[in-house]
Amino acid sequence: MDATLPILILAIPLGMFLVLGLAGYKMSHKMAGVLGCLGMGTTLVLAYTTAFTYFFSGSPEFVSAAGERLQAVIFNHTWLAFTDKLVIRLGFLLDPISAMMLVVITTISFMVHLYSMGYMRDHHGVFERGFQRFYAFLSLFSFSMLGLVVATNIFQMYIFWELVGASSYLLIGFYYVKPSAVSASKKAFIVTRFADLGFLIGILILSYYTGTFNFTELTSAPVEGLADVFSVSETTAQSVRSIFESSATPVFLGGSVLTWALVLIFMGGMGKSAMLPLHIWLPDAMEGPTPVSALIHAATMVVAGVYLVARLFPLYLMEVSALEFVTWVGALTALYAAIVACTQIDIKRVLAFSTISQIAFMMVSLGVARPEFHHGLGYMASMFHLFTHAMFKALLFLGAGALIHAIGSNDYTAMHGLRKYMPVTHWTFLIGCLAIAGIIPFSGFFSKDEILSSCLGNSTFIYIWMSLVAGLTAFYMFRLYYLIFWWKEHKIPEGHHAPHDQPWTMSLPLVILAAISLVAGFIPFGKFVTWNGHPYDFMAHFDWSVAAVSLCVAIVAIVLATAMYRKENDLPAKFRAALPRLWTWAHHRFYWDELYLFITHKIIFDRICRPIAWFDRHIIDGTMDAFATITHAASRAIRPLQSGQVQLYVWWYLLGALALGGITMLCLL
Amino acid sequence: MLLVPAMIMFCCGVYGFITRRNMIAILISLELMLNAVDINFAVFNRYLWPQAMEGMFFTLFAIAIAAAETALAIAIIINLYRSANNIDVHDLNKLKH
Repeated sequence: MDATLPILILAIPLGMFLVLGLAGYKMSHKMAGVLGCLGMGTTLVLAYTTAFTYFFSGSPEFVSAAGERLQAVIFNHTWLAFTDKLVIRLGFLLDPISAMMLVVITTISFMVHLYSMGYMRDHHGVFERGFQRFYAFLSLFSFSMLGLVVATNIFQMYIFWELVGASSYLLIGFYYVKPSAVSASKKAFIVTRFADLGFLIGILILSYYTGTFNFTELTSAPVEGLADVFSVSETTAQSVRSIFESSATPVFLGGSVLTWALVLIFMGGMGKSAMLPLHIWLPDAMEGPTPVSALIHAATMVVAGVYLVARLFPLYLMEVSALEFVTWVGALTALYAAIVACTQIDIKRVLAFSTISQIAFMMVSLGVARPEFHHGLGYMASMFHLFTHAMFKALLFLGAGALIHAIGSNDYTAMHGLRKYMPVTHWTFLIGCLAIAGIIPFSGFFSKDEILSSCLGNSTFIYIWMSLVAGLTAFYMFRLYYLIFWWKEHKIPEGHHAPHDQPWTMSLPLVILAAISLVAGFIPFGKFVTWNGHPYDFMAHFDWSVAAVSLCVAIVAIVLATAMYRKENDLPAKFRAALPRLWTWAHHRFYWDELYLFITHKIIFDRICRPIAWFDRHIIDGTMDAFATITHAASRAIRPLQSGQVQLYVWWYLLGALALGGITMLCLL
Repeated sequence: MLLVPAMIMFCCGVYGFITRRNMIAILISLELMLNAVDINFAVFNRYLWPQAMEGMFFTLFAIAIAAAETALAIAIIINLYRSANNIDVHDLNKLKH
């Protein structure tokens, strides 16, 4: 495939970032917005073309004669060549998941670009301050995320991984005059950086033992063997694998090198994807503008961790204990986030916790995927859920943005009963809720059902656990839905006009995303994305019993939510009174933030940093100060010697000469 | 034996150089020290290398230099006296700054 399209896919957002970032302040607001949308629109078309070519052209570069999809390296530019082995390349890798991610990222990003044209202005239509900066950062983010998914090697992925982190930081702190936004952006940056430390160490361990950064070499499949299109012969690929299979590598704390490398790399993924216990930054990241939350903190950046595990999946398969770690982290996070989401008041926080929970679903799905069971169904399910979740969660966030825009508050207590006033938002939000709850035929049903099927294939316990979480998902989403749109009649505050639906720039993305959420479940996803490239028809293996159970769970949860929240009543209050401890804990997110504050302030700052600071100030600085003081004092002491009295000088000279002479004499004698 | 008067002359010169306040007197003390050194040259030449004459010539050379140097020093003193109206070294300490 020609390298023009892939280069343009990356170059246009980067160019748009430079143009809007450097010259944006000279443009009018509208001009900057239109330019940003046009740039993203072009990228969207190019990405769709590329993905379409990859999936449907049937060229031997992309599909082998046996019908399996291959990894195609479109270009791989040598960027830094330190030694023969240590070479860092920047390139463009096209395989099923990267092609799928291209579609997801450009779709959501374009929707968000369009939506922001309406969202980033006040009720009188005046654009917000820093509007051009906002679009510049959005372009930077799109560039980084696209670069991340098409990375040909793990080092390139790390570079773009940090770039998405930086653009996320910039966008969370977009309202930099708000102290809460500033601290939220710092929190997000520090927590993810901390996780990335693990990621970096993992990369270093992995590449030290394998001698390569390239995904193609690292992940060439152990069983069938994805034919290597790029430069690496089958023998090298096999030898990379055999490094870890041999017993020559050392063992550390009971884990092999590979286990540690994979767990550390997964730690980077835990940070980005907000898995327990590194999830604390994501709810606070909601301080950013809502379109940013939709793009970065719901649909694309936060799934980078899932993408990372999926990218290295063949390696994870070699070390099943690492996969089990992924499963358990995911399962705990899913349950935790779902419980917390049931008690939050801020609608964006509810959505944030629901995002954490859904990403945990994808993690679990990857963790339980095994080639023995339905050809690695979990892998496909995870990617499918990533796809559908990106669509319906972006929809929910953009819907929430519309509500916040209309009401001017994040709390559902200020909303209630909005269904009559904002019909478009109401219906699209309902579709999003149905999709995430997993009601047939909405997209979430299919992807979640496959996740549950693959959980059942691995262990019944995980299956029951995740079904419970799926029920909770349906419950808290419909709790949110009813509290926003029903509960009681909307009270319009005095002096305000009635809330109304948004301009077309905001409605159109909602409608498009709702349409996608409605039909995306019918995409035969297994034909496109599987872990080893072999197409897999999941409809032929569809497990109706699992589907029926999950549907029942979802419907029961929705009925429960309807009973509790559809009309104003005292059931929720009674419920809360019945479980006061649980409710308080969940409402305070099980005190994770407090725990972190305790550890950082009371233990790290007070017990470690303070003594170190004292040592630095008094011992190290003290020594240096002493040198200066001594020199100064000495110079003060000998200053009177220079009196200008020539005869005194002669005296000193004479005494000195005599002393020298005396010493010489003594030495000679 | 002749070194002893030279030694006494030198010590007188040093003493005068340090204690006298009048610049002319200091200059005279300086000359005294120089002459003591000249005597040393001559004496060492006479006793250690009687055949050679370098010490003697060096003495003559030093006397000539000393004459020139004295002329220069007196010129400086006169100029100093014209500007500061004083040739007492205790009061002439402006160069320390």
